[in-house]
Amino acid sequence: MKPETLLYPTPKGLYCEKGGFYIDPVQPVEKALITHGHADHARAGHTYVLATRETLDIMRIRYGDAFCVSSQAAELGARSTIGDVTASFHPAGHVLGSAQIAVEAGGTRIVVSGDYKRRRDPTCQPFELVPCDVFISEATFGLPVFHHPDDRGEIAKLLHSLRQFPERAHLVGAYALGKAQRVIALLREAGYDAPIFIHGALSKLCDYYGSQGIELGDIRPATVDVGDKQSFAGAVIIGPPSALADKWARRFPDPVAIFASGWMLVRQRAKQRGVELPMIISDHCDWPELTETIREIGPGQVWVTHGREEALVRWCELEGIAARPLHLVGYDDEGE
Amino acid sequence: MRAFAELLDRLVLTPQRNAKIKLMADYFRNAPDPDRGYALAAIAGTLTLKAVKPNVLRQLVLERMDEVLFRYSYDYIGDLAETISLVWERPSSRETAVQDVSLASVMHQLEMAGRANVHGLVRNLLDQLEGSSRFALLKLITGGLRIGVSARLVKQALADMGKVDITEIETLWHGLSPPYTALFRWLDGKADKPELDMPAVFHAVMLATPVGDNDLAALDPKDYAAEWKWDGIRVQLASLAGMRRLYSRSGDDISGAFPDILEAADFEGIIDGELLVGGTMRTNRATRTFSDLQQRLNRKTVTRKMLEEYPAFIRGYDLLFAGRRDIRHERFLARRAALSALIEKAEPSRFDLSPLVPFSSWEELDRLRADPPDPVIEGIMLKRLDSPYTSGRSKGPWFKWKREPYNVDAVLMYAQRGHGKRSSYYSDFTFGVWTESDGKDVLVPVGKAYFGFTDAELEVLDRYVRNNTVERFGPVRSIRAEPDHGFVVEVAFEGINFSPRHKSGVAMRFPRISRLRTDKPPREADRLETLLAMIGQPDGDMETAREPI
Repeated sequence: MKPETLLYPTPKGLYCEKGGFYIDPVQPVEKALITHGHADHARAGHTYVLATRETLDIMRIRYGDAFCVSSQAAELGARSTIGDVTASFHPAGHVLGSAQIAVEAGGTRIVVSGDYKRRRDPTCQPFELVPCDVFISEATFGLPVFHHPDDRGEIAKLLHSLRQFPERAHLVGAYALGKAQRVIALLREAGYDAPIFIHGALSKLCDYYGSQGIELGDIRPATVDVGDKQSFAGAVIIGPPSALADKWARRFPDPVAIFASGWMLVRQRAKQRGVELPMIISDHCDWPELTETIREIGPGQVWVTHGREEALVRWCELEGIAARPLHLVGYDDEGE
Repeated sequence: MRAFAELLDRLVLTPQRNAKIKLMADYFRNAPDPDRGYALAAIAGTLTLKAVKPNVLRQLVLERMDEVLFRYSYDYIGDLAETISLVWERPSSRETAVQDVSLASVMHQLEMAGRANVHGLVRNLLDQLEGSSRFALLKLITGGLRIGVSARLVKQALADMGKVDITEIETLWHGLSPPYTALFRWLDGKADKPELDMPAVFHAVMLATPVGDNDLAALDPKDYAAEWKWDGIRVQLASLAGMRRLYSRSGDDISGAFPDILEAADFEGIIDGELLVGGTMRTNRATRTFSDLQQRLNRKTVTRKMLEEYPAFIRGYDLLFAGRRDIRHERFLARRAALSALIEKAEPSRFDLSPLVPFSSWEELDRLRADPPDPVIEGIMLKRLDSPYTSGRSKGPWFKWKREPYNVDAVLMYAQRGHGKRSSYYSDFTFGVWTESDGKDVLVPVGKAYFGFTDAELEVLDRYVRNNTVERFGPVRSIRAEPDHGFVVEVAFEGINFSPRHKSGVAMRFPRISRLRTDKPPREADRLETLLAMIGQPDGDMETAREPI
């Protein structure tokens, strides 16, 4: 069948008419398949939700038990029939529980990547290549400027600064789901075994990662009762990015503002946010990884969504791969 | 190259002075010679490299990249060097790892390259370096290294590194050149202080301390000379052995912008004085304001038109060298006599002598200070008659006694978050005063201030901003400011002038928030007319306003 009739964009999100479901809908719907737990993809209020067990757990942690009427955990790699189509979930390597969703009918298979990355990440399963006719790729960092450096070098920058400025608190802004835990895990891999202090907004998710066997070491709440302000000198404290410029940051001695994000590659971005030490750590593909992934899958068509759609479409054209932008609305391409 | 590139990346994003100094001092301690010398030159702006044209770089990148994709990238980043450093793909056929080419080797290769092979050399270097180093290289060769570090700050870093006084670095500075190997060997403690063969070097200036509350009571007026404190910039003019240099008080060489003064300096010696614009007293023409002087400042070169419209001159305060003889150890009066004799013979339109102000008591001097004879006077200097010329700021020999600042009550209109320690506070404020527009009173912004208040007052200001935000534009918040609801502050400033660039038509010098006027409703804040009336007056007191001289 024609792929355009199997899956197409609607104001509520990407819709599969033959299966009667939406993928990552941005408004409440009857039936939703969810790729991963980030708030712009996983919203509360759907009637029925199909997602990986971890994604469902994360939604429950964020929205409470009533986040939907009924839910079902999808086994990675298992095929399930929904209406007239088959759907299957495959690891996307983005955050814990993140999956690509393959939708198949009448001999046509479309893979919705959701958000994905190709780098090794100690906190989630690696991306799996799924052959398909249409690959729907995100393009958050879909510009040739984005070349994310090796994570270890970025962690080394933080460790170096801790030695250089032992009297200052090192305040790392990192998204609460995925990035924060990955930064902690990478610090541990680099041999940093001091306690890491976290903002309250991170505690439930860090606990959850721990319960899933992802070792984060000595994690403590960054509350002032821990001791006086000076006890945070030379400590690593992790909070959501918004907290860096919030009153919360005042409890720490002379903090170094750090932000762990793929956007930190752009100097002006770091400057505008008042970031003193940018750490270029991304949970998305950079440009070479996006283009390499498309080459490896070799799909008949590429549909491009949230991010720099035009550049990736242009690249596909140059490579002789049919491509078009999907123009889905409601996804936050800044969220990294 | 990598260590240098990392240093640049950190410096650009580090707001605190001390942290910048630490980053530089650590780099200088760890980097090898002559790399660190070239890095120093790059930061201090003493590096001379043949510039590579942006077009050459554009051609290089388009050899490997689709033009449309490059345009998307450039539009997004907005800076050519940064865009190229980011999009550059090293050829995948060459499986060599990224190399770290030394900064010195890069300098050497660039120096040796002829016009014809610069293209190939830059391509080759870009292929060898990683992202940050590519950015540093491109910034160096396009001459666009803007990192927010003054020459003074980098000298402080050198002083910290070698545990020496910054004045020693300042004195040596203009006698040395990249890659500063002798300087670093001395700072490392591995060699003696370098000997200079250039006589017209900078000598650290003598600074005054402000007059404190009870300072004068303990001093005898007979021990001191008073002179006007002129509102220009303090300079040092060295003219020795045919070499002429004009330095700012921190030792920056500003000769390039003042050929008129250098040309007229046909004497031997080193003068300390005030750089001003207008006519000297010896030609009986008026000294012009600081804003006129500003037209001549911060330039590398100057046009003939600027020289005619804004003629510069030096008003002499002191003499450090009479001919080649160092007279800094002599008494103030003796040095002044020598200065007077030197200026007597110098070009009358370019040099005059700062006159002494006769007085017999501190009360008399205070009255003179409140009512100076020229609008370009910003206070009084007190100099002990027997004081030698010593570098730096020690309390006792010289005092500065400034005129009272101007004050207005203004209403806070916008607030922006601060940097560094203050990044969680709204600490940068735009304030306004009332003016009439279409028959209604509206606030017009007249200035910005981000200091003057205490930490406790900042808490109050920050809380007001957070609770009274009307609109947000990126990092800026617009604050509620109505006749009966708003925040009034007393703003103190050193001077005010007409400014066509500002909406209000006026610009203040050194405005700061001197008091929070929580007692005052916004409708009682000052009006623009009050500010306009202050322009050209020697002090801010409206009652004693006189015609400008």
